[in-house]
Amino acid sequence: MKAPEFGYLRADSMAGAVAALAAHPEAMLLAGGQSLMAMLNMRLAAPSHLIDISRLAELRGASLSGDVLRLGALTRHADLLASAEVAGAAPMLAKAAAALAHPALRNRGTIGGSLALADPAAELPACVLALDGAIEATGPGGARRIAAADFFQGPFETALAPGELLTAVEVPRPADDAIWTYDKLARRNGDYALAGLAVSGRRSGGKLADLRIAVFAVADRPVLCPGAARALAGGDIEAAVAALARDLNPIDQPGCSGATKLHLAGVLLRRAAAGLEGDAR
Amino acid sequence: MTPEIDIATTVNGEPVNARVPARLSLVDFLRERLELTGSHVGCEHGVCGACTVRLDGEIVRGCLTLAAQADGATVETVEGASESSELAALQEAFHQRNALQCGFCTPGMLLTSAALLKENPSPSREQIRDYLSGNYCRCTGYQAIVDAVESVAKGDAS
Repeated sequence: MKAPEFGYLRADSMAGAVAALAAHPEAMLLAGGQSLMAMLNMRLAAPSHLIDISRLAELRGASLSGDVLRLGALTRHADLLASAEVAGAAPMLAKAAAALAHPALRNRGTIGGSLALADPAAELPACVLALDGAIEATGPGGARRIAAADFFQGPFETALAPGELLTAVEVPRPADDAIWTYDKLARRNGDYALAGLAVSGRRSGGKLADLRIAVFAVADRPVLCPGAARALAGGDIEAAVAALARDLNPIDQPGCSGATKLHLAGVLLRRAAAGLEGDAR
Repeated sequence: MTPEIDIATTVNGEPVNARVPARLSLVDFLRERLELTGSHVGCEHGVCGACTVRLDGEIVRGCLTLAAQADGATVETVEGASESSELAALQEAFHQRNALQCGFCTPGMLLTSAALLKENPSPSREQIRDYLSGNYCRCTGYQAIVDAVESVAKGDAS
C-alpha cells in the first residue's frame, strides 16, 4: 500500500528538531526510515508530520573518548560494519549488523532508530543491553542519559519522554579480559529473529564474571537474564538453560509459539557457552 | 490539502526539479513522474528488493525512501546504470545463464549484484547468496542468478 498523508518537516538543527517535536506532538521522527516507512506503507502508523532528522550532522559518527564508545543516533548499520572504532570497542555491534536485514536496508537503517522503535525482535537493543550501554535523550530541557536496562519498557515502548529525541548511544570500552558472543536464529537470512542472544562479560583466572545475557525476540522486549548468567558463571549450563524459563516471559507469535522461542533461546545459550571459549579476546 | 515539498535532485545525471506530495515514495516518483519504470514496485515494505535504486551511490529501497529525501541527492536507476554500460557484463551473464524468466526482480538483482562486486570483486557463492538474500526471485530458484554473478566475478562471462 501507499503511506497515508502527513506533513514533512526537515530539521536543520537539533534545536529545530526539538522545537518541531514540541509543536507537533503527533509527529514522528524520520531517521533511516527502514521500519517507519514500512509501517507507514502498511498503515500501521499515522503521524501528523514526519520530522526528518536524517541531515543533522551532529547525530552522525562514532567516537571513542576515555572508556566510552559514543555512537551518534544516525550511525547506520553499514557504518557499524565499516567503523574501526566499533570493531575495536564493540565488535558485537558489527557482528549483529552483518546479519541485520540486507545491504540496501543497512545503508539507511540507524542504531538510534532501532533503539527508539524498540521492536522486541530487533538486534541492536539487545546488544546495547548486554554491553551495559546507555542512551542519550535530548528534549527541551537538555540531554539526559538512560541506562539501557531502564530504557526498554515493553513492545515498542521506551523511557523516552514525549518531546525527547534519542541522540546518541554509549557503550563502555571492554576490559582487557572481556568476552562476548552474539547469535540469532531466523527462518531466512536477514529476517527478524525467532530468538536471539547477546552476551558480554569477563573471563578472569579462567572464571566467567560480570556476565550479562540479553535475549531478544522471545519476550515483549529485550530481556537481561540474571538467573541464567549466575548459573553459567558457576559453570552449570544445564541450570543456566533451565533458568531461562524463570528469567523470560516468552510470547507467542504467529508461526512460533512462546514455548518454541524459549527452547530456541536455550539452544543459543548452549552454543554461546561453547563459543565463549573461542571468543575470549 | 496534500502537503507538498519542492525537491531538486539529479536522476541518472539529469537535474530534476519537482513538487511532490510528502508521502510519495522515491520509487513511485521515479516511475510515475519521471516514467523510469525499470525500478519495480513489489511488496512496498522493504522485503522484496524489486525497487532497488542508488541514492548518493549506495543501493537503497525505493519504497522505504521518500521522494522528499532525494532533495539535494543523486539518484541512479537501472536505466542510468544500463545506459552507461556499467551493468553490461552482468546483463550479458544474466542473459547467457537464463538468470531471469519474468524479469520483475532483475533490475534490483543487477544493481545489488553490482554493489556486491564493487565491495568485493571476488565473492564466494555463499557471499553472493548472502548479499542477494534481500532480493526475491519467484522464477529462477536463484541458482542461475548466483551462477551469473559468479561468472562475472571470475571474468569468464562470454
